[in-house]
Amino acid sequence: MALKIVKGSIDRMFDKNLQDLVRGIRNHKEDEAKYISTCIDEIKQELKQDNIAVKANAVCKLTYLQMLGYDVSWAAFNIVEVMSSSKFTYKRIGYLAASQCFHESTDVIMLTTNQIRKDLSSPNQYDTGVALTGLSCFVTPDLARDLANDIMTLMSHTKPYIRKKAVLIMYKVFLKYPESLRPAFPRLKEKLEDPDPGVQSAAVNVICELARRNPKNYLSLAPLFFKLMTSSTNNWVLIKIIKLFGALTPLEPRLGKKLIEPLTNLIHSTSAMSLLYECVNTVIAVLISLSSGMPNHSASIQVSFSRHAHTFSLKYLGLLAMSKILKTHPKSVQSHKDLILQCLDDKDESIRLRALDLLYGMVSKKNLMEIVKKLMLHVDKAEGTTYRDELLTKIIDICSQSNYQYITNFEWYISILVELTRLEGTRHGHLIASQMLDVAIRVKAIRAFAVAQMATLLDNAHLLTGNTQRNGICEVLYAAAWICGEFSEHLEEPMVTLEAMLRPKVATLPGHIQAVYVQNAAKLFATVLRGHEGVPADSMVAQETSQLLIDRLPLFVQSSNLEVQERASCILQLVKYIQKLQQKDVEVAEEVTALFAGELNPVAPKAQKKVPVPEGLDLDVWINEPPSGSESEDEGRKSKGKAVFAKEESRHTKPRYTEVDEKELAKRREVRKAEQANNPFYIKASPSSQKVYQDGVGVEHIPVVQIDLSVPLKVPGMPMSDQYVKLEEERRERNKADKKKKKDKKKREKGEKGRRRRGDSGPESEEDITPAHMVDIVTEEMPENALPSDDDDKDPNDPHKSICWAPCVNTAGYGVDQPPLYLSPHPSLSLAPHLQVCDIQGNLQDGSQVVVSVIFENKCDSFIKSMEFNVLDSLNSKLQRPDGAGPHDGLIVPFQLPPGISNEARFIFSVQNIVMPQKLKGTLTFIVKTDDSSTHEKLDFKLHFTCTSYLITTPCYSDAYSKLLESGDLKGCSLKLEGVNQPFHHLLARICFHHHFSVVERIDSCASMYSRSIQGHHMCLLVKTADQTVSIDAKCDEPGLLGNVLDEIKLTFSQC
Amino acid sequence: MIKAILIFNNHGKPRLSKFYEHYSEDTEQQIIRETFHLVSKRDENVCNFLEGGMLIGGSENKLIYRHYATLYFVFCVDSSESELGILDLIQVFVETLDKCFENVCELDLIFHVDKVHNILAEMVMGGMVLETNMNEIITQVDAQNKMEKSEVRL
Repeated sequence: MALKIVKGSIDRMFDKNLQDLVRGIRNHKEDEAKYISTCIDEIKQELKQDNIAVKANAVCKLTYLQMLGYDVSWAAFNIVEVMSSSKFTYKRIGYLAASQCFHESTDVIMLTTNQIRKDLSSPNQYDTGVALTGLSCFVTPDLARDLANDIMTLMSHTKPYIRKKAVLIMYKVFLKYPESLRPAFPRLKEKLEDPDPGVQSAAVNVICELARRNPKNYLSLAPLFFKLMTSSTNNWVLIKIIKLFGALTPLEPRLGKKLIEPLTNLIHSTSAMSLLYECVNTVIAVLISLSSGMPNHSASIQVSFSRHAHTFSLKYLGLLAMSKILKTHPKSVQSHKDLILQCLDDKDESIRLRALDLLYGMVSKKNLMEIVKKLMLHVDKAEGTTYRDELLTKIIDICSQSNYQYITNFEWYISILVELTRLEGTRHGHLIASQMLDVAIRVKAIRAFAVAQMATLLDNAHLLTGNTQRNGICEVLYAAAWICGEFSEHLEEPMVTLEAMLRPKVATLPGHIQAVYVQNAAKLFATVLRGHEGVPADSMVAQETSQLLIDRLPLFVQSSNLEVQERASCILQLVKYIQKLQQKDVEVAEEVTALFAGELNPVAPKAQKKVPVPEGLDLDVWINEPPSGSESEDEGRKSKGKAVFAKEESRHTKPRYTEVDEKELAKRREVRKAEQANNPFYIKASPSSQKVYQDGVGVEHIPVVQIDLSVPLKVPGMPMSDQYVKLEEERRERNKADKKKKKDKKKREKGEKGRRRRGDSGPESEEDITPAHMVDIVTEEMPENALPSDDDDKDPNDPHKSICWAPCVNTAGYGVDQPPLYLSPHPSLSLAPHLQVCDIQGNLQDGSQVVVSVIFENKCDSFIKSMEFNVLDSLNSKLQRPDGAGPHDGLIVPFQLPPGISNEARFIFSVQNIVMPQKLKGTLTFIVKTDDSSTHEKLDFKLHFTCTSYLITTPCYSDAYSKLLESGDLKGCSLKLEGVNQPFHHLLARICFHHHFSVVERIDSCASMYSRSIQGHHMCLLVKTADQTVSIDAKCDEPGLLGNVLDEIKLTFSQC
Repeated sequence: MIKAILIFNNHGKPRLSKFYEHYSEDTEQQIIRETFHLVSKRDENVCNFLEGGMLIGGSENKLIYRHYATLYFVFCVDSSESELGILDLIQVFVETLDKCFENVCELDLIFHVDKVHNILAEMVMGGMVLETNMNEIITQVDAQNKMEKSEVRL
């Protein structure tokens, strides 16, 4: 035995260790592969020996070779052997090798279960630690199931080193063996409050990962995390928690309000930039979810950006954060436009791409031209096609977004598109082409201009195509040819264009473009004929044109492209026939034009859906009986038949359409897309058509060849878009001047009295910019008998659809003595249970209390529960909350609402000053529970406290009344209402009912009335009526209150 | 989650690769090559984040890297990790290496990749951050090395 050991160690002296191996590889740079293969042979020999030290050494070398890309899975069993060594040194080598190359399909893993269990319970903490680390990399579902209990026990180990590893690995165990989550969770939660910060951090890590997958389930842990956030000093833990809160706030708006303060504190106190950034990020998420925190909002962006601007990494993150804000609050980002434009100059592509993304959301009518001009400059400067193509698509995206909403001058846009065609080697020729087509078709007023531009493009086609026919940009010629042909009536010199379209060089263009050329040459021919017929001198021109076509078309007839060939030979024959007629002096223009008559209008994307199904047509019924051949026949056809018909068994039952149809439809859709893409007459109106087009043509497959030209390509005679920018500026100036003149004129008319503040020449508002020429964007065509409905934007699955805001007067049973006030919803929110304030009534017992009764009515089909009513307190009015609740907590509505049920809840507000009416903003959060899910919703509303609601109907005797008037403490005010044609007693009843007054005395058409405010102000009215005019003289010891009540009375009468 | 940690030199030679998801050896090499290609063409003074390494998980993931002298340290992470947090972590990693190897240089990593693995194992476990406190990491690494030495003496 002893001899063996000695022998073993002598052997070892001659073995290579890891360092020798590395050195060896470095010394054999020329024949590295050969050297390594001899090393692997050596390793194989070493692994055959009994000595564990030799084996461990061999495994260690294998781990290194694995990193270099060599497959070492053949040594898996030896790795397990080394893992089970009793010495820590070897065990560690074994586990490291296993973690690098074991995976779920490694079969020897089965053998490790007991070994790992032994190591986990080892008295040496590092044995356990090494086993846990290794296991974390190669844990399989089987291992997770078998070892979950052992690991759970380790979570309460005495050594924090083991505890933190055990806690962390639980996440991997959960992933592989989800059943373990439930029993382990309480202990995991407990570890959040472990005395050791490392363990705490591990627990936070695990829960954050879990919560990321399903945040809702972890809302209940929010208070615990909140505590950790305010107490922990470990930045890593804080970052994790803050990120988690960022994910939770959208689910629980109340959380956001609580978070703002501690987060702001952290922002101001921390020195760690990483923590600061995550805080700002979460603050943004909070503000977005609150939607009411605008004031300090811009401030925090400022913080993020100003601090971020100096280092590059932070710049990137700042832009990332801004894109989040942009989605909800575009205004606050727009003010940083210059900063973002600066970022476009950055040399880092990551930053430039982020900045581009932001620009998309920032354009307006006012700055579109400016931004695009800047982008065009960048296009010229940009190196590398990827970034340049990105710029190009962004320019087009920016301009075409929301139906060209921001374009005021389409001439400018066309010239931008034309300028973009100068880009060498871009992949996006088709994108530009589809934009040209789209604009030319949909903007009628621009056609003449577009046609002129396109004609120049065609004339200079050689510049675009260069020497290479395989250039993406030649796609624009497709659009140019089609536009010139279709709108040829706008061409000044159709002959020239026709000639340009029939040049021999055209034959080098891709087939689908040639086809369009040929077809549109025919259209142009028709136009030429029409222009020159009837005038004898011109008949020569017409004949020459025919001859031109006859001369040139044979070139296309020989084309290898079928489409081109077919169209060319058709048209050639036609022209020959026409020539014959011309020689006989027959007028043909009209007939030829008729070939291409009719206008093509864009088709709305939804048009197909809108075609009503004719009566009696059942699309689900077989047109022919399904074939009922013999079994053998069916089998023979199986492969073919399956795609068209439902499965065989379904023959007798109703055909199973759904699954087959899905596939079939998708297939057809593909085919149709391809067709549409190649069909110049089919233009989809939505911007998505560009994509379709792109998919269909498959220009991606055309290898892009870069032209190396030292001189920039410039198409002669092309207008430069810059000119338009200048023109547009001038035009706007002029418009402004005009307006000013008008204003001045008005001013003068108004004379001295109308001395207003001079309109300072501040930034013009969006509305001031009028489009250059009234451009009517042709509305998309819809089928004739389509039903005009607005509902097609609504998702039928929209859970909010069923919950509506229809006002309904509900006055019964609540002793309502004033018209119900509808809580006005936030304009963008039309969801929620129906809410209605039926009464706002002052409280007699307490001079500063107002009771608000709210009726909640559930108008949707789902169960509504956990309603929480919250109002943003103003300085003057506060919602009374139970003791111990914070100033921003909501009140729980003490009932739940099944569908269609309504109930009333009362809320008490304390009011300090009752002189002014008030509007309070509030939110109702609630959970809509449907069969399979429940969603958290919220509803914003406004609560309107009128001054009337502070008045309480109080009876008063005439003698007391007259004493009051005589006392002289009251100040007077009066009101005249005209055109009131209701009986006097109705009028009085109205005032009593709506404004809480009581009649003291009435004599004929004159009455005195009295009311008291909750704070004891007396209010007296003397109402007189004559000839439809009502005059009210009022007196009160609080003139402000009086004025407001009178205004409200006036409003009441103006509404009837 | 951290998906992978890669260290390679200015020529793209791998010095350490730790994948927390399983890939075949060939794919791993491809990932290292692609990552090197993406990272190495970037200027020194640009940001440390890169989107869209195609191979590891695609657009969900980000590459966060730091360049020290001859070595690139690249962490591939998903969206649950804080970008700047990981940058700090790389710094901690490098400082720890510096302490353990005493003025660490590329050669240390070349010849002692196993030790680097052991240090890393005390920081990141199975793709999750285990410890960020440098002193704690060094204490644990030293204790284990001491154990190893005592075993050799036996």
